Amino acid sequence: MSNLEGYWKANTSLIRNLLIIWALVSYVFGILLVEPLNSIRLGGLPLGFWFAQQGSIYVFVVLIFYYAWKMDQLDRQYGVHE
Amino acid sequence: MAGRGVPAIANGAATAADWMSAASFISMAGLISFMGYDGAVYLMGWTGGYVLLALLLAPYLRKYGKYTVPDFIGDRYYSHTARAVAAIATIFISLTYVAGQMRGVGIVFSRFLQVDIATGVIIGVAVVAFFAVLGGMKGITWTQVAQYTVLIIAYLIPAIAIANILTGNPVPQLAFTFSDLVARLNQIQVDLGFTEYTKPFQGKPMIDILAITLALMVGTAGLPHVIIRFYTVPDVRSARYSAGWALLFIALLYTTAPAVAAFARYNLISTLHGKSLEEVRQIDWVAKWEKTKLLAFVDKDGDGKVTVAPGRAFALKGGKPDFNTPDEKSKNEVHIDNDIIVLSTPEVAKLSPFVIALVAAGGLAAALSTAAGLLLAMSSAISHDIYYRIFRPTATEAQRLLAGRIVILLAVILAGYFGVNPPGFVAQVVAFAFGLAAASLFPAILLGIFDKRMNREGAIAGILVGLIFTATMIGMMRAPQIFGAPAPVIPNLWGISAEGIGVVGMILNFVVAYVVSRITPPPPEHIQHLVEDIRIPKRAGQAAEH
Repeated sequence: MSNLEGYWKANTSLIRNLLIIWALVSYVFGILLVEPLNSIRLGGLPLGFWFAQQGSIYVFVVLIFYYAWKMDQLDRQYGVHE
Repeated sequence: MAGRGVPAIANGAATAADWMSAASFISMAGLISFMGYDGAVYLMGWTGGYVLLALLLAPYLRKYGKYTVPDFIGDRYYSHTARAVAAIATIFISLTYVAGQMRGVGIVFSRFLQVDIATGVIIGVAVVAFFAVLGGMKGITWTQVAQYTVLIIAYLIPAIAIANILTGNPVPQLAFTFSDLVARLNQIQVDLGFTEYTKPFQGKPMIDILAITLALMVGTAGLPHVIIRFYTVPDVRSARYSAGWALLFIALLYTTAPAVAAFARYNLISTLHGKSLEEVRQIDWVAKWEKTKLLAFVDKDGDGKVTVAPGRAFALKGGKPDFNTPDEKSKNEVHIDNDIIVLSTPEVAKLSPFVIALVAAGGLAAALSTAAGLLLAMSSAISHDIYYRIFRPTATEAQRLLAGRIVILLAVILAGYFGVNPPGFVAQVVAFAFGLAAASLFPAILLGIFDKRMNREGAIAGILVGLIFTATMIGMMRAPQIFGAPAPVIPNLWGISAEGIGVVGMILNFVVAYVVSRITPPPPEHIQHLVEDIRIPKRAGQAAEH
């Protein structure tokens, strides 16, 4: 049972870390800090605006694939894969 | 596992098709075009939810492996009451959502059959009812993969063409980010008396932007017809990857939409502003859209020229523009319904009639495929979860099928009514469904997986409080559009509008569920084992192999 507890703990801390990044790119960079970040430019767009309408979406896609890949490793490590 | 189910990538494309609706296809770019920065709520909200789905819900619901969301909630909370409450929430959410689709279908028909919008919605209702009652809409995965392909091509062709015309760069995302087009648009906006396109918080305060984005994200993860898709993949691992592919395919449209929004706004202003009314009315697409009343002009200053300016061209009556009463507070002489932006973009950019027809087909495909998924979710909630599981466990297959079809028919008619009398634009109508999903189903499912101690009493109390609070607040804030009241009962709550209020409902749900569960008895032993079991991908039968 402690084995499964370890698996669940590893899983939930991975989820927590990824959700911190999720909140950072959308809520923090895209909304809360949008005005200060807008003084920086990325190409022709203000950076905060870019995070809100482009950047956050790219990061979301990467987060899901990273989670799936990392969980493959965890599943094997704890021997709980199908 | 071999031979069972479809590859994760195909399921991802199918999920994307199922999920991207009339709101994504027709309405979203138009809303962003109108809202500027503030439109980001839809972009982040409708994509960020997939992260929650992939990390918090999909793998576990797949492991559990029942067919509907009320099934999971009913079993996990060992209660027919919980099952019924979840089924009612499913119906409520899906009905709100489907109303948005009917309006989208109506807009496409009204433009291409040259009828007014109400007639367009009624034609749409007839088409959807016909297919649904015949039972011909149950999409299989590969059909939906094909639908995704049509939808995305129809969206990308005009986007690429316009990006190329305006900036010389055919990739919309790159043209949007690296050309000077947005800077030029900002300048035009300032010259005409608007604020800069990229300036945040012009239409909504920061707290409302935060609330709406979160409500849409959490709502996406709680939508029954989206969750159902993850039951069809072969295993837990595929459920995780499938969510990734789904978001990748969705992101293709969602990173293009803000580019289309900025391009379309630039294009529309430069086509209309300062031209003579006579000249403008000779443009084919202007004449055709004017007939649908989604585009209208008024010459306020009598100079015979079109002026684009901040504010309304016409005064509002019952939440809709009254075409007999120009709004004298503003110099604006053009009324443009947000919903025509995407559909008119290929015409404004003078693309061939084939592309114009393709875009209309794409919009129709998006609306009809999503409507189909929603009607199925709704009819299974009634015929499977309520009628069969609760009231008549002895019902035959044929009786259940009949019950399901009656439900679909009633739902389509009701949805049609809301399509003709919408409580907002298509994307806003849909946003209510997300608020309701966020406030009811999402917390119950999440706690069912991550909180072993969560029990029947807590979950039911939480769902009820979340659902009733959110529905009541939306009803009060949108009283003019829903009930024809002269003014909203309250305009907002601490700056949070009807679209974002689901977040407050969700927080209430979590708090009530936690408190009630801790002062009532813990769930029975076998439920706690069930929770332990859904937390690991390996099936019980496989344990013996090790």
